[in-house]
Amino acid sequence: MSESLFDASDGEQMMDKLSLYFAYPFVRYCVMVGVMIALCSSLLGVTLVLKRYSFIGDGLSHVAFGVMSVAAVLNLSNNMIIVLPGTILAAVLLLKTGQNAKIKGDAAIAMISVGALAFGYLIMNKFSTSSNLSGDVCSTLFGSTSILTLTSREVIICAILSFIVVVVFVLFYNKIFAVTFDETFARSVGTKADAYNLLIAVVIAVIIVLAMNLVGSLLISALVIFPALSSMRIFKTFKSVTVFSAIFSVVCAFLGIIISMLAGTPVGSTIVATDIVAFGICSLIGTLKGGR
Amino acid sequence: MALITAKDLSVGYGGQTVAEHLNFKVNSGDYLCIVGENGSGKSTLVKTLVRLIKPVAGEVKFGDGLMANEIGYLPQHTIVQRDFPASVKEIVLSGCQSRMGLRPFYTGAEKKLAADNMEKMSITNLADKCYRELSGGQQQRVLLARALCATQKMLILDEPVSGLDPKVTAEMYELVAGLNKEGITIVMISHDIKSAVEYADHILHIGNTIFFGSKSEYLQSKAGKIFMMMQSKDPHVGKLV
Ligand SMILES: Nc1ncnc2c1ncn2[C@@H]1O[C@H](COP(=O)(O)OP(=O)(O)OP(=O)(O)O)[C@@H](O)[C@H]1O
Ligand SMILES: [Mg+2]
Repeated sequence: MSESLFDASDGEQMMDKLSLYFAYPFVRYCVMVGVMIALCSSLLGVTLVLKRYSFIGDGLSHVAFGVMSVAAVLNLSNNMIIVLPGTILAAVLLLKTGQNAKIKGDAAIAMISVGALAFGYLIMNKFSTSSNLSGDVCSTLFGSTSILTLTSREVIICAILSFIVVVVFVLFYNKIFAVTFDETFARSVGTKADAYNLLIAVVIAVIIVLAMNLVGSLLISALVIFPALSSMRIFKTFKSVTVFSAIFSVVCAFLGIIISMLAGTPVGSTIVATDIVAFGICSLIGTLKGGR
Repeated sequence: MALITAKDLSVGYGGQTVAEHLNFKVNSGDYLCIVGENGSGKSTLVKTLVRLIKPVAGEVKFGDGLMANEIGYLPQHTIVQRDFPASVKEIVLSGCQSRMGLRPFYTGAEKKLAADNMEKMSITNLADKCYRELSGGQQQRVLLARALCATQKMLILDEPVSGLDPKVTAEMYELVAGLNKEGITIVMISHDIKSAVEYADHILHIGNTIFFGSKSEYLQSKAGKIFMMMQSKDPHVGKLV
């Protein structure tokens, strides 16, 4: 009896705390941006995982880190201006290298990504005028508290990019499926597989730049891969997997942000931790369903 | 004019020739069987026909209103990664992709076509099943239904019966023969020379000797006689018949 009373008042306290938080616009921005980014990053997850593009995602996030540090050093007011094109360019280059059978694709990507990481840190270290260097580096790698200091303009940019990603995904959903499932057949009936691979790479680049704000460059892959892997445990058709990935990702990001605010933990890693727990649950459900 | 005309065609990869000086025609309604030893370039030839790779020399001409993207192709190996989530319906429908152009969604007519082709292949009951969880024979039917969605004129099948048991193999041959009777031109690669000779009306033999002609001509030819003899000695092939 007393225990349940305690629970209720505890819950009430939490709700009070939350509604207090949500009175602040920056908290609402944070949740909005988090949910939008989570939605986008989950959409291409299945394609990325199955096309063995996950390594490109990883490599790209490091490249984005490198470009970001250049932007930081240049003291640009809006670093999107160079981070977005820079990352898209890298995506196209990585894709071309990955397809080139003569060069070992994985090794080339590892080289580029580690190189970008080292180069980025070097630049930041050497030229940064910031007083809190390690703080800057840490927040670029693991996502920052900057998500709590988003301006309305950043939210709008994020919303526009997310909208574009979702629209492109929906419009090309059938093509993406065809090219992901069986590229050989797709080519044989005249589908421009190269063009769609390029489209996928560009969209991945946009997603990575977006997600960098939320979870930082080291944790992006988690945001892309966990929803896809989790829903593949339970669902067996492309459509259901895609839809569930999106729901999974949005719910986890929402919960992660709420938990991080209540517990005072870093946003990015809390979201990823939530993803991991949910992945565990999905695996369990998958096993119980008698899948694998 | 023939649907496909190959003139002094050489095929291969990256300038390396695998098979050369091929001359043959495929007319509307034909059932052409391509035979030859492992590695003789059969798959390379059909990949060239469906424009996955460029000819090393010579040319492939399409005629009689056949467009290159109107061929239903069944690859020898469809490498589907473990765990790929795709239902039978989704895969068969993807056969309609060349009809869409840049249109984003499938039309009702295309969905109906996919459903009809699933019915034809007797896989309607599997429509919502996961492709990975089907048997080899069922998977081949799914891919055949997909190929059918891509064409009304011509199917190119690269060893559609490899790995299937004798009963399912026989069913597959009957299915394909049925499609041929409906007017669809068939080009099939096969190792099973007995069935090739039974069902096909034209034979293209590639390898050390090259032969192209009707089935009866092939049986009279030296290449045909040697190949038939070799295969009937092969205990593995013998078992299949
Ligand atoms: N992607 C490729 N790149 C380079 N060479 C290849 C490629 N695929 C096949 N080859 C080579 O081309 C030759 C012909 O291969 P192909 O697959 O056309 O033979 P096949 O007649 O279909 O044999 P099988 O009966 O075993 O299917 C082989 O020597 C093979 O090593
Ligand atoms: Mg072959």
